Amino acid sequence: MAKKKTNVKIKNSNKKKSSSISNNVTNSSLYTEKVMEHFMNPHNMGEIQNADAVGEAGNPVCGDVMFLYLKVKNNRIEDIKFKTLGCAAAIATSSMVTDIAKGKTLDEALKITNKQVAEELGGLPGVKMHCSVLAQQALKNAIENYRKKHKN
Amino acid sequence: MICVKNKNEIQLQKKKRIYLDYAATAPVRKEVVKEMLPYFSDKFGNPSSLHSFGLEAKAAVSNARKTIANVINAEEDEIIFTSGGTESDNLAIKGVAYANKDKGNHIITSKIEHHAVLNTMKELEKEGFKVTYIPVDKYGQVNPKDVENAITDDTILISIMHANNEIGTIQPISQIGKIAKKNDVIFHTDAVQSFCHLPIDVDKFNVDLLSVSSHKIGGPKGVGALYVRKGIPIKPLFNGGPHEFNKRAGTENVPGIVGFGKAAEIASKEMKKESVRLTRLRDRLINSIISSIPGVRLNGHPKNRLPNNVNFSFIGVEGEAMLLMLDSLGIAASTGSACSSHDLSPSHVLLALDPDPVKAHGSLRFTLGHETTEEEINYVIKMLPGVVEKIRKITPRIEGVTTI
Repeated sequence: MAKKKTNVKIKNSNKKKSSSISNNVTNSSLYTEKVMEHFMNPHNMGEIQNADAVGEAGNPVCGDVMFLYLKVKNNRIEDIKFKTLGCAAAIATSSMVTDIAKGKTLDEALKITNKQVAEELGGLPGVKMHCSVLAQQALKNAIENYRKKHKN
Repeated sequence: MICVKNKNEIQLQKKKRIYLDYAATAPVRKEVVKEMLPYFSDKFGNPSSLHSFGLEAKAAVSNARKTIANVINAEEDEIIFTSGGTESDNLAIKGVAYANKDKGNHIITSKIEHHAVLNTMKELEKEGFKVTYIPVDKYGQVNPKDVENAITDDTILISIMHANNEIGTIQPISQIGKIAKKNDVIFHTDAVQSFCHLPIDVDKFNVDLLSVSSHKIGGPKGVGALYVRKGIPIKPLFNGGPHEFNKRAGTENVPGIVGFGKAAEIASKEMKKESVRLTRLRDRLINSIISSIPGVRLNGHPKNRLPNNVNFSFIGVEGEAMLLMLDSLGIAASTGSACSSHDLSPSHVLLALDPDPVKAHGSLRFTLGHETTEEEINYVIKMLPGVVEKIRKITPRIEGVTTI
């Protein structure tokens, strides 16, 4: 009996995941409430003076550029800030990725996926999923730049 | 300065709804709705029927036709009702191309036409027609000399829009019309954005075909018209009954046409007064943006533009972000940024003015109309600098790109 219950639970949570990633928007709104929250009041927005590493993704020609600034201590992301030029989704995904990455070790942070970022935001319209990819890329680039600088 | 502190504040501001996207569509006028209603219930006849139901519907269509013809100084039987501006453009361009393909296969148009024109041209190119796309200057203006130089013995059609929907720039249609006439080339103009905003006279313009749309002037969506000068042959887009002088088959959208006629009647009557009023509001908004926000560029000609069009590029801001923030304040506008388009490509019009896509991404368009008030413009003037400033705080410093 207990086994059955667990199976059902897993099935349901999978369903939730796929629908939240693809399109969790109502007819009258482009974005979820969470995306709008992060867009209107972004978390960790700013620069870090003398950052331990900076990661960049996107380019102004395409319309989205993200910069992530890291402060690393004992292989852990002690502080992380972002600056982004782009649409609401770009700003929201950069904000969210800093939330997810803060406090994690560099290895843990590298494991963060773009799907995770989109999920935490309650989903993104299909055409905006690439913004979550940019956020993940900016983080990856920042960590790689850090590791290059600190080869020992 | 925008400091939306809590959800309640967002909701409060949401109650104010300011619509500044008239180039996209306009609210249907109350008198138009009133005029249309009888044609749904009492006077629902098919205009082709011979009984009284048919005759009264036919009279209504004829009345609307007359009204629209009068606005542009055309004959009644030169007005063909369609499903809108897009169909009118297709009918004009394909209609002329197919009817004249034994005379030639070359068409001249501009780089900043609406997609209804450009995509029709692309289709014709696939079928073997040759198209020349005339470039525009930094204000979006076509040089009539460039049109003249492009004409060859094979040229059968010139299609240049009267006024551009994105940047508002008005084209020298009379001059181009003169050149077309001199060279015996058929001339079409897409007047969807200018109809009832600017004076149009098909004879003064020397124009042979002209597209107009109902929903831009406060009529219902789903109806438009194409002016076709007597004697210009066009091949219909589809076949059926002999409607619209054998040029556009299908039972007429009677309520829609009646609504269109009423909207044209009101809008053309108000045109002179409205264009003065809107020009004043437009210039107030333009001047205030220039004086209160650094790093801006007006897109389109400063004076030779539609009375209701304001279009700016903002350094270090992306268009969709501006739109959403404005929307949260109850202000509805539009942008030419890639992020806001379905295929993630920036506005082709802005790229034609300046190939740098960055400026296209940071663009914002306000288009005013018959319900726009001075208070609404004041509110935009008050809120916009804060929106731009807030978004610029999030932007990274990239020398030469986001720096002012």
